[in-house]
Amino acid sequence: MSTQPVASQPLGLPRKPSRANSAVRSTTNYIVSGLSILATAIVLVPLAAILFYLVYKGARSLNLAFFTHVPAPVGEEGGGMANAIVGSGIILILASLIGIPIGIAAGVYLAEFGRGKFLGNAVRFTADVLNGVPSIVMGISIYSLIVMQQKHFSAFAGGVALAIMMIPTVTRTTEEMLATVPHAIREAALGLGVPKWRTAISVSLRTASPGIITGCMLAFARVAGETAPLLFTALGNQFWSVKLNEPIAALPLQIYVYAISPYDEWHRLAWAGALVLISLIMVSVTLVRIYASRGVLKGGS
Amino acid sequence: MGVGILVENLNAWYGSNHTLQDIGLHIPANHATALIGPSGCGKSTFVRCLNRMHETNPIARATGTVKMGDVDIYNDASPVEIRRRVGMVFQRPNPFPTMSIYDNVISGLKLNGFRNRRVLDETVERSLKQAALWEEVKDDLKKKSGASLSGGQQQRMCIARALAVDPEVLLMDEPASALDPVSTSKIEDLIFQLKTQYTIVIVTHNMQQAARVAENTGFFLNGKLVEFDSTHKIFTNPRDKRTEDYITGRFG
Repeated sequence: MSTQPVASQPLGLPRKPSRANSAVRSTTNYIVSGLSILATAIVLVPLAAILFYLVYKGARSLNLAFFTHVPAPVGEEGGGMANAIVGSGIILILASLIGIPIGIAAGVYLAEFGRGKFLGNAVRFTADVLNGVPSIVMGISIYSLIVMQQKHFSAFAGGVALAIMMIPTVTRTTEEMLATVPHAIREAALGLGVPKWRTAISVSLRTASPGIITGCMLAFARVAGETAPLLFTALGNQFWSVKLNEPIAALPLQIYVYAISPYDEWHRLAWAGALVLISLIMVSVTLVRIYASRGVLKGGS
Repeated sequence: MGVGILVENLNAWYGSNHTLQDIGLHIPANHATALIGPSGCGKSTFVRCLNRMHETNPIARATGTVKMGDVDIYNDASPVEIRRRVGMVFQRPNPFPTMSIYDNVISGLKLNGFRNRRVLDETVERSLKQAALWEEVKDDLKKKSGASLSGGQQQRMCIARALAVDPEVLLMDEPASALDPVSTSKIEDLIFQLKTQYTIVIVTHNMQQAARVAENTGFFLNGKLVEFDSTHKIFTNPRDKRTEDYITGRFG
């Protein structure tokens, strides 16, 4: 053992910052900032390009009839996607009503009650696997579980297929958002004699709600554009239908049918449908965000 | 009014770590009792055993008898009932960030299903006045989040929140250690007033604080209660050599 004092030079930096060293640091700073801006641009450019191209291709075919009429038969001019817009709305509301409560409840279980337990780990693993299941496989599964049993396609089957696709995303984001709630806040509630279940719902879940709402919106937006799980469940419908136990039209299905058709008129309608689908997703996500931010107090989080 | 607490043969573990060993003492009603000792000596664990918060940690365990008045808290009541009678103020202010000042103070009642508006309003005013915070926040009760207050105000709000459920005992785990000197002296003044109505147990690293606010003081070391006596006796003429070493700053 040496008795000599060890010079403290963490990370091998010289003790006094020299002018050359400072130049190196500011150059590094510029390079890293530049790379971050470049990465942001790489993310934003395709998004903006898609939006502009959709508006360019789709806006011309948009008119009032598009929102009020059902599809016209082949060879006839005009027609719209009113049934598909409403059908997508119905399927997505049904999917959200089933998927979001189950997803949040499972997330609360994972974060507040199931830590380190066998069941908790099993649920977490299942959610991750479910997240990776291809959407076409989800469609076939619901086809054999619901459509084959009922012997007909239905809006209900489509809603269930999308709900199951939403659950893993909602569950995992709920769990992760709850994990960011400081333990001290739970202790504050428990210390007031609030039972554990009430603490989980009224304190932890409420504190984490902005992040959980984001997770639900992500899941919603993801399934809103899904086509494959609806192919063998909701099937699609050229006519007006809002019944849950009958085949129903949906925007992605209608876009798919029109886009692979040989008619120019239908191609134009497919572009318009894509534009409407994206716009509806953006509008509903924005509305939920505005609604969710209403009650936020001054200085709160 | 406060009740006295009688502790006998209290042992506590975190996993295999025996953090409290055979603790026995009597905490008198309507007095302040200070617990001092170096970090990790078990004083926080001890107060967490008094309202059964200790067992919220899945690897934690406790045995022994803790009697609050006539109630054996480990055998005669559920943890939830005990925590309604024994309020707790934590080391760092822990307001509910999504709730207004009003909702923070009233949370103990509201989250337990109490809904009478008039009583809730009265309780908020009484508790905030008891915690000497009323004048500073009375205009922003429902407008501002509890998290928007300064650290010292947050801690007094947390005290108001604990008082709102009308406890008999108030446990304070280093309530002023994260605060500046002005806020600290406000909290100490508060303890002085509150101890006429509540039994107060305060954990502190600050020996002057213990000397200022408490009638009795216990000295913990390595999970054992070394000495428990009147504060005056502990600070002027301790029985145990280790207590003397600690209060004179020879270790810890």
